[in-house]
Amino acid sequence: MSETTASTNHIGLARADYGGAKSTLCLGCGHDQITRHIIAATYESGVDPYNVAKTSGIGCSSKTGAYFINKGYGINSVHGRMPSVATGAAMANRHLVVLGVSGDGDTASIGMGQFVHAVRRNTNMVYIVENNGVYGLTKGQFSATSDKGAKVKSGDVNDYADIDLCQIAMDLGCGFVARSFSGDAKQMVALIRAAIAHKGFALIDAISPCVTFNNLADSTKGFAWLKEHNVTLHELGFVAPYDAVQVEQAPGSVVSVDMPDGSHLVVHKLADQEHDPTDRAAALAVLQRDRGEAGHVYTGLLYCDPAASSPPLEESKHLPDAALATLNEKDLRPSREQFAELMASFR
Amino acid sequence: MAPPVINDFTLAVATVNGSGSASSNTILAKTIFRMGVPVAPKNLFPSNIAGLPTWYLVRVSERGWQSRSGRREFTVAFNEATVAQDIKLVTPGGVLVIDEDLSASKAVGRDDITVFVVPMAAIAKDFGPDPRLRKLLANMVYVGVVAELLGLDMTVLEQTLADQFNGKAKVVKLNLDVVHAGVKYAREHFDKASCPFRVQSRQLTDGKILIEGNAATALGALVGGATVCAWYPITPSSSVCEGFIDLAKEYRVDKTTGEARFAQIQAEDELASIGLVMGAGWAGARAFTATAGPGISLMAELVGFGYYAEIPGVIVDVQRVGPSTGMPTRTQQSDIKSCYRLSHGDTEHIVLLPSGPQELYELTAQSFDIAERYQTPVFVLTDLDMGMNIWMADTFPLLTEPYDRGKVLDKEALKAVENFGRYKDVDGDGIPYRTLPGTHHPKAPYFTRGSGHTESASYTEDSDEYKVVLDRIKRKITGSTAHTPAPVITGEGDIGLIHFGSSSFAVDEARDVLAREGLRTRSCRLRALPLHAEVLEFVRSCRSIYVVEQNRDGQLTDIIRLAVPECITRIRSILEYGGMPMSATPVVQALSVGKREPAHV
Repeated sequence: MSETTASTNHIGLARADYGGAKSTLCLGCGHDQITRHIIAATYESGVDPYNVAKTSGIGCSSKTGAYFINKGYGINSVHGRMPSVATGAAMANRHLVVLGVSGDGDTASIGMGQFVHAVRRNTNMVYIVENNGVYGLTKGQFSATSDKGAKVKSGDVNDYADIDLCQIAMDLGCGFVARSFSGDAKQMVALIRAAIAHKGFALIDAISPCVTFNNLADSTKGFAWLKEHNVTLHELGFVAPYDAVQVEQAPGSVVSVDMPDGSHLVVHKLADQEHDPTDRAAALAVLQRDRGEAGHVYTGLLYCDPAASSPPLEESKHLPDAALATLNEKDLRPSREQFAELMASFR
Repeated sequence: MAPPVINDFTLAVATVNGSGSASSNTILAKTIFRMGVPVAPKNLFPSNIAGLPTWYLVRVSERGWQSRSGRREFTVAFNEATVAQDIKLVTPGGVLVIDEDLSASKAVGRDDITVFVVPMAAIAKDFGPDPRLRKLLANMVYVGVVAELLGLDMTVLEQTLADQFNGKAKVVKLNLDVVHAGVKYAREHFDKASCPFRVQSRQLTDGKILIEGNAATALGALVGGATVCAWYPITPSSSVCEGFIDLAKEYRVDKTTGEARFAQIQAEDELASIGLVMGAGWAGARAFTATAGPGISLMAELVGFGYYAEIPGVIVDVQRVGPSTGMPTRTQQSDIKSCYRLSHGDTEHIVLLPSGPQELYELTAQSFDIAERYQTPVFVLTDLDMGMNIWMADTFPLLTEPYDRGKVLDKEALKAVENFGRYKDVDGDGIPYRTLPGTHHPKAPYFTRGSGHTESASYTEDSDEYKVVLDRIKRKITGSTAHTPAPVITGEGDIGLIHFGSSSFAVDEARDVLAREGLRTRSCRLRALPLHAEVLEFVRSCRSIYVVEQNRDGQLTDIIRLAVPECITRIRSILEYGGMPMSATPVVQALSVGKREPAHV
């Protein structure tokens, strides 16, 4: 690849090579922040844009696939069915970098069935839920992640507890579970980069305020509330194998999570937090604390299985290195002798 | 005494499902087939694992008729629950072999049939102390009795039985001993000459095979180059995907590295099955799913997406009785309309209509070419009768034609392209060019969406831009008759029969019966939708048209009437939708001289 310069990444591409169409979402939308983080993360990690499969379902979040990486291939499928479509693409061509962008309606309601099964199968993909706790595109109905007791303009009150997608992913044995906030660029970029490096299903539940329908003062998905109540579990830095930076070793305060591609997620512990993201029990405890203590949301890498102990789907399917899409007659048909023998068995 | 009927009767075995009779029935059918006599087995089974009535019909037909005859000349009654009805259904002049343990064996009450009472359990008792084993072995007793009464070639039967049990010496011997005990009993107690039916060896099955339709479909998917198989278990389609997986494990797994040149995913539901197919098709793999009516209903939305976003994929629909859950183990052709127009909005899908195992194999293989050529979901419409029964067919040829991967622009091809517009009609045939994700060329990437899009794949809500794409897709699908299999038109006269799939076997036989009554008919066997021009010509050139199909509402009749509105009064339906495999009888009855409705011309 070409020389890295100040304005290009290690494969010689500029940040602009990761850009997309102009967003049509509301001004100030959290989703647009996440779009920028995706651009930054893929640029910084030097992801080959032609290998990117941008997959989405339906909703405001799902539109954003058009707003980043124009050089990638997008598929804006149908509501709640992105996980299966993404899995199909991943099977057809295991070299694709599959980025899934979804929302709380698309994932936690209509798409819950597909979401849990994609986690369970361990499809090798990054799955970002742009979680704003409201149906935006249909103008403000409650979603399955809306706060219990939340009100909409008509005065209706949400009677049901919210669904915690990270908790569900943990229960299903997901090897990479993160919660983040669209306003925390540094954390999200590091998380997206680590999620891409992770082999298998990587969930980022990204709280992403809806400025039009759910940016209320008391909404746990609103900017004002998050500014006050977002507790970051740690400071994250991502170090790729080609980065000249040495992972700083300061015992007690830094954990380096080694990713399978040779990169490292550097986790700086904070004075008031002790979370080790490779500790499954600790991750579950954080989620319990999160639910128990109204008034806080914990963001960061909740859990990462650095050894990727559960193989990604293409490995459990024993796929060859060549993409299935490229196989031809010679690879796929039985030989004349084999066929004749098979026919004889039907006599 | 009249001479016995040779090679022309139906053997019916009435038993209970889960009782182990499947092996016995297969051995009988296969032995007759291996004696060179054509057979057409039909398994009529319940939606249940064990304990409910099941019937296995083996039509023995020197002329090779494959449809259900509707007669039961030779019945083996083995089920207390159905014995009264089974006795009633024996064709006059027929034979009843009845288990002595059935209450009705004491007084059958039919003096127009020949009755042989056999103490099945008592005979089996000598061979198995374990009651469960004894029950299984009792099935082999009737094999022996039937073999003796029909004069089956015991050498052939012994070999068939050995093959059935994969040559496992101990099992083979035990079962064979019981068969011989059955033979011995029949010899000692019955006068063979009193049985009015016989099987005599012929050489009519040389070069032929016996194969379950779903196995033929699975083989079509294998040879057709499917690499992604996504499915959700549903009767009667499960064995299509299971069969494909077994074949792929045999022929697609590298014996040293363990690498598999296919991926199969048992999905969480049919929504996911079709999603997987669409995702894989979009990324360039040949992908398919197999399902039945309820699955088709669930797949509707993503099939519409595939139609509009122009993504290849194959959906095998093994039709069963609907609506709703219907009768899952009974057959129908009642999904043709929903498959043809599946999903909301204006859609029209390519539907292939194979008839019999060889076409299930060939058209399934071809469906992948057609799906990639036309960049659209393609249905392969089969049914329970074809799928789950064993059929006689000519040995399949290994297809050797190269795959048609359609209009795909790779990196090299893109160099010569000035402007790539994903949804543009460059060649005037309505088929656009596509690129596959992962293609390293600045012109290649595009954004696929089910929302309104322009010829260059960008979002639109503009009426004209929307219509350009939608109208082109219409032209594309209409033009697919250039690659879909043409109808098979035979015969003479001005009465035409239009039919497809499993109905065609009954129609062939009915036409033969009618011809002997002096009524010549023409036949048009459909093999694809949209309709080929020849079908419309066929309709226009006949004085009366009968559309034979297995559904209540005349779904294909409607499709044809709409295509040839000027002939609407000349077109009527012959419908059979009770769930039993189609027989020639309703066709013969509808067209027999004197019963035929006059044509409204």
